[in-house]
Amino acid sequence: MSGAQSPLQDRGFPVQLDQEAISGRRESMRVLVIEDDREAASYLVKALAETGHVADHAADGESGAHMAETGAYDLLVVDRMLPKRDGLSIVEDMRRRGDQTPVIILSALGQVDDRVRGLRAGGDDYLTKPYAFTELLARAEALLRRNRPAEVETTYKVADLVLDRLSHTVTRGGEEIVLQPREFRLLEYMMRNAGQVVTRTMLLENVWDYHFDPQTNVIDVHVSRLRSKIDKGFAKPLLHTIRGAGYMLREQG
Amino acid sequence: MGAIGRLVRTTAFKLSFVYLVVFSGLTLFLIAYISTNTASLLDRQLDATIATEISSLSEQYRRGGIRQLVSTVELRSRRPGASLYLVSDFSGRTIVGNVADLPLAVLGLPDGNLTQVTYQRLDGDLDRRYDAMVRVFALPGGFKLLVGRDMGELSQLRQVIYDASQYAIVVMVVMGFLSWFFVSRSVLKRVENMAETGHQIMVGDLSRRLHVTGSGDEFDDLAESLNEMLERIERLMTGLKEVSDNIAHDLKTPLNRLHGRLESMLRQSSGDPAEREALEDCLEEADNLIQVFDALLKIARMEAGSSGDSFADLDAADILEEIGELYEPVVEDAGGSLTVSVARPLPIRGNRTLISQALSNLLDNAIKYGRSGDAEDAPLSVVLAGRQDGALVSLSIADAGKGIAPEDRERAMLRFVRLDKSRTRSGSGLGLSMVAAMAKMHGGQLRLEDAGPGLRAVLSLPQATQRQIGRGGENGHKSDHAGDGTPSLAGPSEP
Repeated sequence: MSGAQSPLQDRGFPVQLDQEAISGRRESMRVLVIEDDREAASYLVKALAETGHVADHAADGESGAHMAETGAYDLLVVDRMLPKRDGLSIVEDMRRRGDQTPVIILSALGQVDDRVRGLRAGGDDYLTKPYAFTELLARAEALLRRNRPAEVETTYKVADLVLDRLSHTVTRGGEEIVLQPREFRLLEYMMRNAGQVVTRTMLLENVWDYHFDPQTNVIDVHVSRLRSKIDKGFAKPLLHTIRGAGYMLREQG
Repeated sequence: MGAIGRLVRTTAFKLSFVYLVVFSGLTLFLIAYISTNTASLLDRQLDATIATEISSLSEQYRRGGIRQLVSTVELRSRRPGASLYLVSDFSGRTIVGNVADLPLAVLGLPDGNLTQVTYQRLDGDLDRRYDAMVRVFALPGGFKLLVGRDMGELSQLRQVIYDASQYAIVVMVVMGFLSWFFVSRSVLKRVENMAETGHQIMVGDLSRRLHVTGSGDEFDDLAESLNEMLERIERLMTGLKEVSDNIAHDLKTPLNRLHGRLESMLRQSSGDPAEREALEDCLEEADNLIQVFDALLKIARMEAGSSGDSFADLDAADILEEIGELYEPVVEDAGGSLTVSVARPLPIRGNRTLISQALSNLLDNAIKYGRSGDAEDAPLSVVLAGRQDGALVSLSIADAGKGIAPEDRERAMLRFVRLDKSRTRSGSGLGLSMVAAMAKMHGGQLRLEDAGPGLRAVLSLPQATQRQIGRGGENGHKSDHAGDGTPSLAGPSEP
């Protein structure tokens, strides 16, 4: 734990959370929050409402499982430790029924096997408490997008930036951009989630396959290198920093 | 040479060797005892036989003179298995007898002494010489009577004993090998199995138990009591895990609320910069608290060694190169250089996330403390290396900074110890102790060395053997992130 500077100071907490940027052009989600801590749940429900989503709350495992069975939700946020019924067993039941609603598992435990166990039970993502709301929201939106029709496209396109997954080439305005293999994967992930916020942790997990939080701002350095390659010399920047959240690749500034 | 050395060190070999030596010794002693006793018995018998013959022949002589003696000797000589006889007159001429070619000196021997001589039989093969024990007896009238026994029987007996001891030694050696085979196969195999199971349990699979064969022998007793012990340890470990889970849950609930409330307030804040700054500071402090708390929990878990099934077969060379790739731009941006020098392959068994995090901690430290001067822009040179070191895989991170004084190196790995006395730089003092705990959990260790100048942190991890790789194949590492056993240490990574 070598501290470094605080991630907050480092990355800059937003003066005003750019809610337009985070959730503006997206239809609202119906979210079921199964969480026994009412206070924590109320912050989450409130924050979801503030960002234009509809959230219901269940305070224990049993009522949560019943509400989940109605199938009226786009996303479930499930705490692992719940009264009456374990959070993981709710997810296992859902999957057994063939219910593929995306689930984010929340846990106060951040131990070696917990994440694997959560994902094995059928969870789609795993967050350790306490988490930043922006992190949860970004992951939720990435999950919902993932659940839309499968993307079999071999090329991704954002404005004049084109990434060809087969030939591993990137061009902008017809001009070829040479990227390192990891930069290519970074751009590929950001383009797959174009128009959505991707957090540093999401990048670290999906591009580098690391599930820990380095103390140094490693991701920022990699993103700024990528940015200098794809945006430098072009009038319209595509890779944007979303203060207090992460990054977004999109056409509009 | 190594294989022979290992063989010699095994208990089976030692036991069999001792068995062989002890039993060979006993057998040889027995044979020697029997043969000397038999030989002396036979000697005495020979002596007695000769003495009887002499007294009976001298009796004949006394009764019937030389004539009767000669006829008696002639008569006795013809019997099968006859003794040896010779009667000579005062001039040394042979009068009667069944031996020839005796050394001349024999007849000059004084009375009563048994002497070993070689002779030829008159009735047998003339070229062959025989051994005999003879005794000379002087008769009145200058005659001399020689009586002897052939020693053929005695040497036959010696031959039998000699052969018997040879056979005995061969049988002993064969028995020794058989016992070695038996002991090493059946008995020590079980001990080895126990040791193997014990090793696996120590590596973290606490649910395993020793095999009880049901034969009710000492090994079963041992296995049963060890199993009971394991049962107990597992209960304790589960208890520890539950306690730490509960602590994590109970302490994190208020922190979670605090975090949620601060975030919520920050979202709704009026925009007064002073108020925002205060809230941001609070959020930051809460996050730091959570990080320290998570790190402590994680260290405790790793020190308890409960890796569960999160270990997979990995090539540490990949891990080093990947973390090197992650950090290279960071070091370059800091105005330094990162060199990665890795020998391939470096097979280990472990958890990629934990090892990567440990390396990341060490790299963070190197970036923070590794400059070769006090100035902000002093040169920074970090070397990330991996190589095989005997049965170990050693991963090292060296910088060219001030290093750590030898007397402080052990202490630096303790929890909450920060050598930066002014504590002006941020940090919890848990980084190195987490790396040390990770190394210990993997059956290795963390060493801090002088990189002359600078600090070299060396992580030595046991090299995975072929056998372990075979065993771990089923849950090998998947590059898919969901397949990785992962602790999401550190609560909020995003503000």
